[in-house]
Amino acid sequence: MSNAQQFDTRPQGEIPVESPLAYSMQRSGAPKAKAGTKVTMRERPFLGQLTLRGGAIVLDEALREVVGLGLPGEPLGLVQDQAGERSIQWISPDEWLLIVPGGEEFDIERRLREALGDAHFAISNVGGGQTVLELEGEAASEVLKKSVAYDVHPRHFSVGKGVTTVFAKATVILRRPSEERWELVVRRSFADYTYRWLLDAGEEFDIAVEN
Amino acid sequence: MFYILCPYCGEHREEEEFHPKGQAHIARPADPENTSDDEWGDYLFFRDNPRGVHHELWVHAVGCRKFFNITRHTVSYEILEVYKMGEQPSITAESLASAEKSQGVQVGDGGQQTVGASDSAAKDSRGTKV
Repeated sequence: MSNAQQFDTRPQGEIPVESPLAYSMQRSGAPKAKAGTKVTMRERPFLGQLTLRGGAIVLDEALREVVGLGLPGEPLGLVQDQAGERSIQWISPDEWLLIVPGGEEFDIERRLREALGDAHFAISNVGGGQTVLELEGEAASEVLKKSVAYDVHPRHFSVGKGVTTVFAKATVILRRPSEERWELVVRRSFADYTYRWLLDAGEEFDIAVEN
Repeated sequence: MFYILCPYCGEHREEEEFHPKGQAHIARPADPENTSDDEWGDYLFFRDNPRGVHHELWVHAVGCRKFFNITRHTVSYEILEVYKMGEQPSITAESLASAEKSQGVQVGDGGQQTVGASDSAAKDSRGTKV
């Protein structure tokens, strides 16, 4: 067991917590769904996000034991559990992003550290630094085509794939958990920029924002 | 624009996701205590600028953030080969020249085939570069 110090980043008690987009949604607005709405955006804030680094074999074993998910077998892979609540994504040959429902990450990190023991690894809680945006609807890929350099054609970007790429003038982790749904993991500091860019890009498709 | 194959991601990506990091296969002197000023100067400051085949270090900066090597033709800008860190190029100016020779292809202006310092550097570093 490593002797790394861990602390729970979730405040106990009655401390108000704001999502990275709280201000943007007030300032830039959150358009309601219309008859012609072809794409819907929603934020999934406060998810637990852990960056796992280390050898694939030991991490895979520990992760199966603790979360019940195996690492994706190939580069650019994205693996989810049945409910789609927990996912693990390939970021780099020795790096993976684990996203779990908010509040679980502290316990998962502790149990992963126990399971990994003296193996060579690093786990960082990155939940406070990034947030997840979701695009859904028939025009979701059209909006993405206006925003990312990456080819999002279904033949090239199949379900269960995730890439880190350029989004407008920022970067984004783009994932496709299901046929109609796209997820964008964005940096907290770029959340407002990304949100406003998507509002603008989605205007022609009557983009709607669900809170 | 380049369309670059990242050997770690295993697919082609736009050039804007990458950064060039200069000449590849520059090995740090193995015995710094007994290295002359000239050799240090060469190691630190002097780089090849070949007309022809060049081995370069690139990083997939927006992506997997791994470094890797590209063999590129500085005249045609053609990317001849992409290989991971720690590996040696299979295409060099020498190998390209000898391949063309064996095919009986006449090289119009010999200048394009730089049997260059870059490849001798690559050879020198063999075994010392991680």
